[in-house]
Amino acid sequence: MTAELVRGQNHPLSQARLEVRIAAGTPIVVGATLGDEHGRVPGVEWVAHPGAPTLPGLEVSRQAAADHRLAVDLGAVPEAVHRVDVLLALPAAGGAGPASFGVVAAPFVAVTDLDGTELASYTITGLDAESAVVALEFYRRQGAWKVRAVGQGYGGGLAELLTDQGLAEAHHLATGINEAVAQGLARSLPAPSRPTDPDRSRRPAAPALGGDQGGPATQGASGGVPPQPVPPYGAQAPGVPPQPTSPYGAQAPGVPSQPASPYDPQGTSAAGAPQQPTPPYGTPRQPASPYDPQSTPAAAAPQPGQPQGAAVPADSSSAAQPSGAPIDYAHPRRQSAAPQPPPPGQAKPPVAGDAAGWSMDERLYNQVWGMFEDLARTMAAYRSAVDFADSRMEKELDQILSDPRSRLGGQGDAAREAARAKYAQLVDQARAVLDRDLAQLTAEAEVVEPALPPAYARWDNPVWHGYRVPMEVPMALRMGDLHLAEAPELRIPLLVRLPLERGLWIDSGRAGSLGGSFTDSHDLGRLAMETAVAHAARLLAVHPAGEFTVHVIDPAGSAAQALAPLVRTGVLAAPPAMGAAGVADVLTRLTERVDLVQMAVRAGAADSLPPGLDTAEQLLIVNDFPHGFDDRAVTQLRYLADEGPAVGVHLMMVADREEAAGYGPLLDPLWRSLLRLTPVPDDHLADPWVGHAWTYEPSLVPPGSEVLQQVLSQVARARTKPT
Amino acid sequence: MVDVSKGGAPGGGVNLTKGQAISLQKRDGGTLTAVRMGLGWQAAPRRGLFGSRTREVDLDASAVLFADKQPVDVVFFRHLVSDDGSVRHTGDNLVGGVGQGGDDESILVDLARVPVHIDQIVFTVNSFTGQTFQEVQNAFCRLVDETNGQELARYTLAGGGAYTAQIMAKVHRTGPGWTMTALGTPANGRTFQDLMPAILPHL
Repeated sequence: MTAELVRGQNHPLSQARLEVRIAAGTPIVVGATLGDEHGRVPGVEWVAHPGAPTLPGLEVSRQAAADHRLAVDLGAVPEAVHRVDVLLALPAAGGAGPASFGVVAAPFVAVTDLDGTELASYTITGLDAESAVVALEFYRRQGAWKVRAVGQGYGGGLAELLTDQGLAEAHHLATGINEAVAQGLARSLPAPSRPTDPDRSRRPAAPALGGDQGGPATQGASGGVPPQPVPPYGAQAPGVPPQPTSPYGAQAPGVPSQPASPYDPQGTSAAGAPQQPTPPYGTPRQPASPYDPQSTPAAAAPQPGQPQGAAVPADSSSAAQPSGAPIDYAHPRRQSAAPQPPPPGQAKPPVAGDAAGWSMDERLYNQVWGMFEDLARTMAAYRSAVDFADSRMEKELDQILSDPRSRLGGQGDAAREAARAKYAQLVDQARAVLDRDLAQLTAEAEVVEPALPPAYARWDNPVWHGYRVPMEVPMALRMGDLHLAEAPELRIPLLVRLPLERGLWIDSGRAGSLGGSFTDSHDLGRLAMETAVAHAARLLAVHPAGEFTVHVIDPAGSAAQALAPLVRTGVLAAPPAMGAAGVADVLTRLTERVDLVQMAVRAGAADSLPPGLDTAEQLLIVNDFPHGFDDRAVTQLRYLADEGPAVGVHLMMVADREEAAGYGPLLDPLWRSLLRLTPVPDDHLADPWVGHAWTYEPSLVPPGSEVLQQVLSQVARARTKPT
Repeated sequence: MVDVSKGGAPGGGVNLTKGQAISLQKRDGGTLTAVRMGLGWQAAPRRGLFGSRTREVDLDASAVLFADKQPVDVVFFRHLVSDDGSVRHTGDNLVGGVGQGGDDESILVDLARVPVHIDQIVFTVNSFTGQTFQEVQNAFCRLVDETNGQELARYTLAGGGAYTAQIMAKVHRTGPGWTMTALGTPANGRTFQDLMPAILPHL
């Protein structure tokens, strides 16, 4: 029944009480002007805006928001009013937001009746440099009201728009509106985006990793650990487009770059900090998730479709376009009506890249994190149900035991049997739900995994055989796989954002690892170094030629064999540094670099760096720590761990914490500041939503594979090539 | 139990009175898959030196998930999504005032995804800034079918009294489907934790 209007089209209205819903991808200001029979706005008192939100018959929001609903009662509008214009404007405040509608999603407006039934809708496409637009116009025609899609934009913003409406004080009023909005923005969170789309776009950034979620069901709050400081109102503003700012430059100098502080109280638990990479900021994801209300339980049987043609975007209108080019953001998945339940018995087959993002890279990243979250949450539901069933049965069995009547005859047995049956029934139900979700996620993983680019792919993915040195740095890097005990087959890629926000610690210690077969510490040490080399090679491979430099400290030369692929292909900046002198030399050079860049950033003069300075990101692999380190070197190392990531200097420690125990608590902050990875499966990583302990497995090159050698040779060749 | 097709709320849904319950069956007999609990309010105008002076009121909506009277999870402005993902708060609104039918805070419940052991979800409203409901006007909570935006039931916080919280409603399992019951019990407290003693009698 909805009339989808195009620009200029009008539509009759049969009722006077209406709601206008506005959805934009970014917070916008909504106002309304009342016009007389000549279409003119006689004065400021005829304008509803955040500073003066109420006029007879209509009311607008006091705040800028991505979504607005305004109630309109055309019957209550004064007789003299012949025209009501609904206008949208980008907030001028602070310059933080987008400056024109050309760079944001096309705003969508709908006129609904009070039931929420859509009468007419209009997507305002074709906007470019405009920062204010008249979206809709209600007007009287022969005693009845009609609505027209206007879509008239103004490059000069609200001031120009209001001037065009004949308002003498337009500039003054526009300034006032912007002030009112700025005050509102400073105080409140922007409204969540698009309430009709049940996707992830509305989710604020996930809370700090492993943090106390505040609920009574919080898990894993180890005794004595102070609760994670929850920022007031907890979360990043929903609906605000993430600003993936590089940690360089924008950051205050001297501030450690990790958003989760390395001194996080969570990190005090013995098994190393359950910390992790930053969660994706508000990863929006389109349906195809098990949380999609469209996939009703009846329709959830997934079809593992198109395993090979997988990299096809969900639909062509959301296909990747070079950013910067003018893009028509006609909401790719905008539904003009309520989502229809799928026909029974059919579920949409999963598709790789079925998530929001500016590029395939980003969409896959968001999809993987979406799967990660879905699995975390569905498992939370299952575990919670089983826990509840457990405790209920225990209570019931206790009761039977304490009830004297149960000792007579078979009564007790029957009651026990009933309690167990109740338990089994609930657990079966929970398991059925879990299995349904697992099947859907597995089907999704089966199409996503082959579609991944090298940076996200396992080493055994054929995409590595077609490897070419990339032109730009990917969003993230796969550090390995994650899985949960209940679903060991379902592997979620652990994607960590680039540039690295924290250093890495490849734990060569024995404690805590699950693999009983690697009890030999020598084996574990070798495996840890191989893991480090695999990670380092991947980092080298996904950076454009010359934009990533790897240094190695191998004081005793014990890792020569594991390092061979790096050394042989010539991708290292210099041969591995050996002995105490080598350690001191490398550390001093990197420390100087951090100082120089920091000074330049602080002085706001990044171009004043010495001409010989290598501008590439730097990775320092340290083997056998603390072998070959004196106190001064340890201090330098800690300095690098703290200050390095912000200026592109990263650490990869291959170490057994036990061996450095002689330093006492002095090094605790160092370990906590690093992301701990293990060479063998280990369940030390926690997800950011629920805090499950996930089993991590590193991404290793399959035995006998030449792929590492081939990839590194190409990296080396690209590096020596004159550019 | 009330037939959904009757009733005279502006949205076509039912205007609930305290203690009244409606079954969340669709008119065509299907079951609801997703509902939204919307909360709207405005600060009551207070007479000040300049007439229009109002103090902003920050009401917070929360949802507590219960399994057999045990609280299992809670969704509020510091924990916006239940661990299992079935209940989501769309974000905190600190001032209210969209008014006139608009929801200032919403909690979405994906009924199909609520874990099997959760049998009741209780919705509460607290005044975080400490004003009593006497200083709030046009406050309501309503239940909307999220799949088509239709209002199923509305409950108005009429004649606000000298209390700082309300236990608004609960949604609970009845057989294969769900039922909503308007509770409308006044209470006092800044966040949902303070309300637990007041909630328990309603389970």
